[in-house]
Amino acid sequence: MRIPVTWLVENLEFAETPTPEQLAEAFVRIGIEVEDVHKLDSVTGPLVAGRVVEIEELTEFKKPIRYCQVEVGPDQVNGIVCGASNFQEGDTVVVALPGAVLPGDFTISARKTYGRTSNGMICSAAELGLGDDHSGIMVLPSGTAQPGDDALELLGLSDTVIEVAPTPDRGYAFSVRGLAREIACAFDVPYRDPGTAEVPEGEGEVLPVTVEDAAACPRFVARRVSGVDPTAPTPWWMRRRLMLAGIRSISLPVDVTNYVMLELGQPLHAFDAAKVQGGLVVRRAAAGEKLTTLDEQVRALDPDDIVIADDSGVISLAGVMGGASTEVSSTSSDILLEAANWDPASIARTVRRHKLPSEAAKRFERTVDPALAPVALERAARLLDMFGDGSIKPGRTDVGAPPVPKPVSMPINLPDRVAGVNYARGVTARRLGQIGCQVEVTTGDDGTTMVTAIPPTWRADLTQPADLVEEVLRLEGYDTIPSTLPPAPAGRGLTEQQRRRRTVSRALAENGFVEVKPFPFVAPSVFGALGLPEGDVRRNTVSVLNPLEADKHALATTLVPGLLEAVQRNLARGQKDLAVYTIAQVTLPRSQQVPVPQVGVGERPSDAQVASLLAALPQQPVHVAAVLAGHREQAGWWGKGRQADWADAVQAARLVGQAYGVELTVVASDLAPWHPGRCAELRVGDWPVGHAGELHPKVVEALGLPKRTVAMELDLDALPLSDHRPAPVVSAYPPVLLDVAVVVPVDVPAEQVGRVLRGGGGALLEDIRLFDVYTGDQVGEGKRSLAYSLRFRAPDRTLTVEEATAARDAAVAAAAERFGAVLRG
Amino acid sequence: MSGANDPYDPKQVAALSPEALGAAVEQAREAFAKAADLDELAAVKPSHLGDRSPVLLARREIGALPPAAKAEAGKRVNEAQNAVKVAFEERRARLQAERDERVLREETVDVTLPWDRVPRGARHPISTLAERIADVFVAMGYEVAEGPELETEWFNFDALNFGKDHPARTMQDTFYVAPADSGLVLRTHTSPVQARTLLDRELPVYVVCPGRTFRTDELDATHTPVFHQVEGLAVDKGLTMAHLKGTLDAFARAMFGEDSKTRLRPSFFPFTEPSAEVDVWFPEKKGGAGWVEWGGCGMVNPNVLRNCGVDPDVYSGFAFGMGLERTLQFRNGLPDMRDMVEGDVRFTQPFGTEA
Repeated sequence: MRIPVTWLVENLEFAETPTPEQLAEAFVRIGIEVEDVHKLDSVTGPLVAGRVVEIEELTEFKKPIRYCQVEVGPDQVNGIVCGASNFQEGDTVVVALPGAVLPGDFTISARKTYGRTSNGMICSAAELGLGDDHSGIMVLPSGTAQPGDDALELLGLSDTVIEVAPTPDRGYAFSVRGLAREIACAFDVPYRDPGTAEVPEGEGEVLPVTVEDAAACPRFVARRVSGVDPTAPTPWWMRRRLMLAGIRSISLPVDVTNYVMLELGQPLHAFDAAKVQGGLVVRRAAAGEKLTTLDEQVRALDPDDIVIADDSGVISLAGVMGGASTEVSSTSSDILLEAANWDPASIARTVRRHKLPSEAAKRFERTVDPALAPVALERAARLLDMFGDGSIKPGRTDVGAPPVPKPVSMPINLPDRVAGVNYARGVTARRLGQIGCQVEVTTGDDGTTMVTAIPPTWRADLTQPADLVEEVLRLEGYDTIPSTLPPAPAGRGLTEQQRRRRTVSRALAENGFVEVKPFPFVAPSVFGALGLPEGDVRRNTVSVLNPLEADKHALATTLVPGLLEAVQRNLARGQKDLAVYTIAQVTLPRSQQVPVPQVGVGERPSDAQVASLLAALPQQPVHVAAVLAGHREQAGWWGKGRQADWADAVQAARLVGQAYGVELTVVASDLAPWHPGRCAELRVGDWPVGHAGELHPKVVEALGLPKRTVAMELDLDALPLSDHRPAPVVSAYPPVLLDVAVVVPVDVPAEQVGRVLRGGGGALLEDIRLFDVYTGDQVGEGKRSLAYSLRFRAPDRTLTVEEATAARDAAVAAAAERFGAVLRG
Repeated sequence: MSGANDPYDPKQVAALSPEALGAAVEQAREAFAKAADLDELAAVKPSHLGDRSPVLLARREIGALPPAAKAEAGKRVNEAQNAVKVAFEERRARLQAERDERVLREETVDVTLPWDRVPRGARHPISTLAERIADVFVAMGYEVAEGPELETEWFNFDALNFGKDHPARTMQDTFYVAPADSGLVLRTHTSPVQARTLLDRELPVYVVCPGRTFRTDELDATHTPVFHQVEGLAVDKGLTMAHLKGTLDAFARAMFGEDSKTRLRPSFFPFTEPSAEVDVWFPEKKGGAGWVEWGGCGMVNPNVLRNCGVDPDVYSGFAFGMGLERTLQFRNGLPDMRDMVEGDVRFTQPFGTEA
């Protein structure tokens, strides 16, 4: 909300008015956010009111140009060229005479233009720094000024506009009334509240009004002003304030409603009374009803929308926007004014539903003072009466009973206890009184001093002691709260899982992988590109209703697509050799999705309710995934590079397992999007925890990835937090090193041969390492030779070669028995 | 050669004369000195230390000397032979040292050649920043709490005192998931972990929760729809806003140096009352030290405590939350938040494994 300083301080009694900067600082200190402080740009030199005496239309130019004779002082008429045409002879305008300097260092001088001598400039509001309205020159209401009057003072060009953004709990602060009260509190100065003015009794009803839904409309007030001169201009001071507040002047009745809304915070609506048929009914819309709103949009109404209807049907979307059929026009002279209170939640829903934010709705959503309606209506009626030459009808309709604020009690030292400050005596009562509460201080039987505050009608947000506490603390200033560390509790540090996740991340980074953080949004079409069969569990996704990119509405069930997208982006930017990883939650819908239970607030939900809340959420395990493309080892002066291959992906998975303290076993697998012959399944025991290997060539092609791009993904949460407490005994005796090559059928996995050899070698086998794999004529069709180096050692003596050889033979025998392995000669 | 029984004056045996021995030693020294390398030295060695070398030939004459003369002659020969040996060893040591030095010199390489066969990877700075913050609080006795990203509205809003249609619920532009009445949202803040923590843990609780959060902001230089927050929550007996301020000040010092501090401005959040915006004094701010908007905080709203079964008459608490992307952006002077989310490895690489 934008508010000129001169308006803000109108009802405040300052000994010395603070500067705009001081006012802005005060707002911030007490919790009203200040978005900007616009000082009106300075205008210097002769700026005067002028009367247009004669207009000569010059038609020989590409655009219409006027040469005007303007009376700019007693017996002084200047010829001025002007490109605008929104004024007539006799109008009062603002003229910058030669020598004046307008905002932007624009110096006015007499000059020849369009074949005439122009002695000055007729100004628009924007040229004077009075707002953004460039639509034409500024025509002042007649009688505002005499030719030659100093316009600087008339226009109030030394003002400053403060733009504030009150928090949504402070509905009252969306008005000059509320903001001025805040300033009164901040500076401890007296304040005259225009919102509590006396309202004369009405004589009878203005028109019959039926409120069918009192919850939707706690109060509805109407007043009527007839005989308004439809041509009556809005007085300059009002137009100026509206302009500075960012609201365009439209007509006197509309300007008056906007002005009172800004001043008091009560949105009003003006109907053309002549177009209203019969009495009014306030109700929810019926299914299928339509309304053409003021913006000429036809809106299909929802049964939840609150509407005002007359005998013809719906004429207004209550609290949000009026209807076109009863709109005040340039000929309306009989004005029906309405001020009401609307249910904030309903208004908020209507705004969202119709995407129709308005100044009125903004205030109703944040609750409007229910006591304000008749006061605001009276103010508006009087302004119409005064400036529109109308007459206020004696009747007033006032339906409904506004809610009465409930008292809130608390120990008077609660603010001290919450802040950790000892405030001076009386501070709490004084501050609560200052914001408008009726305050009573009592001492209970137990000697506790309590304060009871009945909040003012405009503070519906004050419902519990904590709300009162905040008022005291913010007005006393948060800067008076000291800085003290609470006594340190005894924490247990990171959990085992948290530590191991960190280790996994660090291990990948230290091994050449770069962490990226893709969004969890994927387009389901990617599952096709990945070759996932219909019915694949990863195609079962949770869908975002309002995605930022329409096609990317699925929450990721696998991290691979996000990584591949990062790889593609890097490739597009010229990076060819990539190793990236990510660690993130994935969202896996349950096979039987249970609905979220209705759980209330105000007390702890039952254990069963908590359990059902948790059960309604999809599973969201943390996964880790990595993708490699291009070179894993760079070429360089040392020699050739090495392309990343399936083994790097499997190794990355193993690395994760090692970092997590879990030995992963590897078995051959066949799962999209991996290459069917180059896909490993990683297991803990018999439990699959992920896959690794080369991507399917079709996937690589479909996604435009480098050939032989490889990937791995593991469910980190599926890895057990097994105890990792090694107690190695290191023998100082010398080892015996023996090599052995065994020939086995080619389809026997090396991993299993190694495991069997290790088992067969017994306790003396300290280490076994596969150092060569050979297939070819020498071992025969369907076979391969696996060569291992074995290191034998005894813990308590120097091992003899004979003992080691016996152990080796035992190892080979085990492999022979299990796989038909033959010792290669 | 004289006969065994000849009367014999050793001085008359020419080969044993001091002059002859001296000359032999001198010749040996010269020969050794002339040897340019170990091979040449080895080649001349027999001539001066071999069986046919002058000194050794002279030694053979000793046997024929009368006993009285043997000792003196033997001593002279020994001295000469030692002198030759010493000369040889000295020369050999010298030549060996020269050869070793030459070999090392020849093995010289350009140690400035690059070695980036497998370039080092890097962790995302948001990850390391989150860990750094967690560590600051763990050091203060806090524990690290976690929660899911797809969350029930009850935890994300209801439990946190967001009224059903309160503007605050719409002010955090929420991602909803199908079906329309699913009751699930992508969490708009890490604050649902507050409610989870209070329902889950024994009091008192001191937890910090870094995590990923979601709002429907279009991606631009200062906004991203997927971002990270760190949430802090302390609920105990007697906690005050002064404790909140002290904790934030300690946090600021840990993050931005000893000169840093925080400033609180009154604000509004449904789940805290009183509420405040946190500004942090950032000594290294671009264009000079100054205040930077950092996050939100406040005393836990008694309604939140009640919703989680905590008696607000007995316990009080404070909570705070900061955006990690924003923190990283101003701390490191990063111009564009998009770089943090696009996954360009050139952005992440320079951070290494510590941000």
